[in-house]
Amino acid sequence: MAEITLVEAVRQAMDEELGRDKKVFVIGEDVGVRGGVFRATVGLFEKYGDERVIDSPLAELTIVGVGIGAALYGKRPICEIQFADFIYPAFNQIISEAAKMFYRSNGDWSVPMVIRAPYGGGIGGGLYHSQSVEAFFTHVPGLKVVIPSNPYDAKGLLKSAVRDPNPVLFFEPKKGYRLIKGEVPDDEDYTVPIGPAKITRAGQDMSVFAYGMMHHYALQAAETVAKEGIDVEIVDLRTLYPVDRETILKSVRKTSKALIVHEDNLTGGYGAEVAATIAEWGFMDLDAPIRRLAGPDVPAVPFSHPMQGWFMVDADKIANAIRDLASF
Amino acid sequence: MSLSNEKKKEMFWIMLLSRRLDERAWVLHRQGKIAFHISGIGQEAAQVGAASAITKGKDWLVPYYRDLAMMIAMGMTPAEFLMSLFGKAAEPTSGARQMPSHFSLKRANIVSHSAPVATQSPHAAGIALGIKMDKSDQVVLTTIGEGATSQGEWYEAVNFAAVHTLPVVFLVENNQYAISVPQKLQMAVSGAAEKACGLGLEGIKVDGTQVFKVHQTVLDAVVKARQGEGPTVIEAEMYRLTPHSSDDDDRSYRTREEVERHKKKDPIILAKNHLLSEGLLSEEEYQTLEEKAKSQVDDAVKAAQQAPFPKGETAASPVYAQEVNHG
Repeated sequence: MAEITLVEAVRQAMDEELGRDKKVFVIGEDVGVRGGVFRATVGLFEKYGDERVIDSPLAELTIVGVGIGAALYGKRPICEIQFADFIYPAFNQIISEAAKMFYRSNGDWSVPMVIRAPYGGGIGGGLYHSQSVEAFFTHVPGLKVVIPSNPYDAKGLLKSAVRDPNPVLFFEPKKGYRLIKGEVPDDEDYTVPIGPAKITRAGQDMSVFAYGMMHHYALQAAETVAKEGIDVEIVDLRTLYPVDRETILKSVRKTSKALIVHEDNLTGGYGAEVAATIAEWGFMDLDAPIRRLAGPDVPAVPFSHPMQGWFMVDADKIANAIRDLASF
Repeated sequence: MSLSNEKKKEMFWIMLLSRRLDERAWVLHRQGKIAFHISGIGQEAAQVGAASAITKGKDWLVPYYRDLAMMIAMGMTPAEFLMSLFGKAAEPTSGARQMPSHFSLKRANIVSHSAPVATQSPHAAGIALGIKMDKSDQVVLTTIGEGATSQGEWYEAVNFAAVHTLPVVFLVENNQYAISVPQKLQMAVSGAAEKACGLGLEGIKVDGTQVFKVHQTVLDAVVKARQGEGPTVIEAEMYRLTPHSSDDDDRSYRTREEVERHKKKDPIILAKNHLLSEGLLSEEEYQTLEEKAKSQVDDAVKAAQQAPFPKGETAASPVYAQEVNHG
């Protein structure tokens, strides 16, 4: 097992899937000669050529709309949106077309495609290079929404996404691209299934639900509070849609307290669905109100460092939220 | 390659059958038997002319909602269309999930489209990209109204197809109105064909009321695409002879005189006169075709009325290509 970065795991997954299946191709802005602005596609253009690693026009609607067409034809496109913040021009194609195609054709036409996009703040990206966009898509039947938190899952889930016969949105925590390292099997055939959440730290006193970069910080916070005698269970949600309600409820049944963490805005965020799941089916297991720790309800992450710090959830803020809930 | 006499008569028959079918849908709506109809009356020449320029079962069609005659030309039966009007389970476009005239026909490589206009255009470019990757000699035909060429999606699709020299023909059915809004409020240029020039393509205008002219124009573009010489934008000019849909009243935005003037260029009449003047059709044969169309539409209405509705709970699926449940 080699230790690699999260972005290298993403690159490896695409490399291996391009090598495994000739139907797979990559399309996006700067994914070709440049190898991606985050270097997620580095080397792929040289290895697979300009017909399978396509530098698209600077138009997100084109990337997704053309990808849908190619998927209808029988290809397996991996569409890269350079920053999740730029996905909105393609929103109509994702919601009206990719998500509904199979249903509206009564199963005649499917859209096997992956839309990859780096998301999240804390990198000095300001309003338009920092957004978390998952909640727009976790409301939409027909889509799958995946957010990995570590290299092992990033590679295994992305390979599953490429092989999935449905449209999968794959959001990658860009702050963790090089920060988060981990071991990944050398075996090219390992995958991680889309669907199940994962308990990444067993504990007794409360459940913390997180994903992406926030999962990384939640693990750090859990180590901090462990020294104070608070034993936290961490659940990495990994697949946000479909929702793994069983794992969420199982964990709350054990710990009786729930803290949900995401960096997306609080109101109407994904945490609301997790909270509703627990309130509806796990109410009798609770010893305290469900808590959410999330980005504030301002439009997006500001640029200037102190303001960015004010917006972003980090390990310290999570540790404080854990202490607060533990004392209830 | 000129059309055989038999082919010309067959094209006229499809136009006539589609017209009578479309008219029956209006009657059924006014009788309160169906909830909605959106019409293609006046556009049959362009649709049948274009459909007959591609190879059924090999090439791809990415249509829009006025393409009833094109769908009939591609093999959808009147009963199948009527079942969609009644919302019956066996209708083949969507199992009655979509409103009528949101076409799809997998067996004929006809891709499902939605209601937000121009969303289908990038799909046509994407299918053509796949064809080019496979070095296949298939071609994609995609259609759209002139109003929807105002959408960025149409520009982006044509642009991408032009950049990659893709085998796709963009047919714009310019029927002069987007519901109530005339072309002069959609664009400052003379038509959608002119827009193609700005994207590096030849844009061709053709009289969309002349079925055999449209056929030849589209055929030339299809041959060009098949030979790897890239996409073409064709604008077929015609007139929407009916209101936008069964819910529209066109008296609020255009005069009766204007509509009557355009009825003189009804593509069915023009095609009939063409065949009569060429000696390919007699008045007697025409009457026989009319009776045949009426009888086929009558039979199709009966069959569609008798066909079962879907059970409500069948609306629960299929959401995913492999069914998934929230855990």
